[in-house]
Amino acid sequence: MSENSLAITKFSDLANPTRFLTLVARLLPWMAGTTVLLFALGLYLGFAAEGDYQQGETVRIMYVHVPAAWLSMMCYTVMAASAIGTLVWRHPLADVSAKTAAPLGAGFTLIALITGSLWGKPMWGTWWVWDARLTSVFVLFLMYLGLIALNRAMDDPSKAARVSAVLILVGFVNIPIIKFSVEWWNTLHQPASVVRLDGPTIDPEFLRPLLVMAVAFTVLFFTLHLAAMRNEILRRRVSAQRRLAARMAAREA
Amino acid sequence: MSHAFYVYASYVVTVIIIGCLIGWTWLDGRARQQELRTLEASGIRRRSAKPADETKS
Repeated sequence: MSENSLAITKFSDLANPTRFLTLVARLLPWMAGTTVLLFALGLYLGFAAEGDYQQGETVRIMYVHVPAAWLSMMCYTVMAASAIGTLVWRHPLADVSAKTAAPLGAGFTLIALITGSLWGKPMWGTWWVWDARLTSVFVLFLMYLGLIALNRAMDDPSKAARVSAVLILVGFVNIPIIKFSVEWWNTLHQPASVVRLDGPTIDPEFLRPLLVMAVAFTVLFFTLHLAAMRNEILRRRVSAQRRLAARMAAREA
Repeated sequence: MSHAFYVYASYVVTVIIIGCLIGWTWLDGRARQQELRTLEASGIRRRSAKPADETKS
């Protein structure tokens, strides 16, 4: 393979942003198409399934609430892995990945919070309670907002990357707290019924659309994440070239 | 309020938030690509990029 080849043969080749952009350009249309198909299938299955014998029609809120809640935690896990990439390997794209995942994570957490509230009102009789699960997810939402603000508050990108990475890793302690909050404390929120050691306790009628929607949300997240990473790389190129242009203009003057 | 209200409200909120995420990513990408094209048109390109006249000769 020649030095200038843009083919990607191993993971470390992705450290070259130009190679990464070539790969993203090739992948994005396929991922966007897959997302649309999965959402169409998931929504069809979700609305074709019968209502629950206790919850009635409101069980359909589950098909957006649960995948959004899973994604809110997975997105933070992606950010934590990227933070390790920034601090340990100084991978050039790790910081780009962590920075661009934060607004997406905030969006999915907001969906989980609002749809949870809309599900809580008819089923629990209240929009909100300050119990362990709801409070820990709200803290996660605030952490996303804090990380977005911190990253944008600093002008030096490499300094912003390191400080954000440390804070992301400190905040990761919240993820197991969210996951196990329903077991450790007495909460209004139900315990896990899909990801359990003794297998799912949810009826296959509901499990099938739920899993399809979960995969659809996950593919949507990675599609948006790759596109946002591409945008961030382009943004850094634009600012680098503007600096270069300013230096050239200063030299000529 | 009926159960249908809570179900449809959930889906509408989800569509709005996901729509905002997709729209923002899409518009941001278009704006950045436009900026790069403008810079390139004014003769400022990356040091690693091949100059246009080099490929001609």
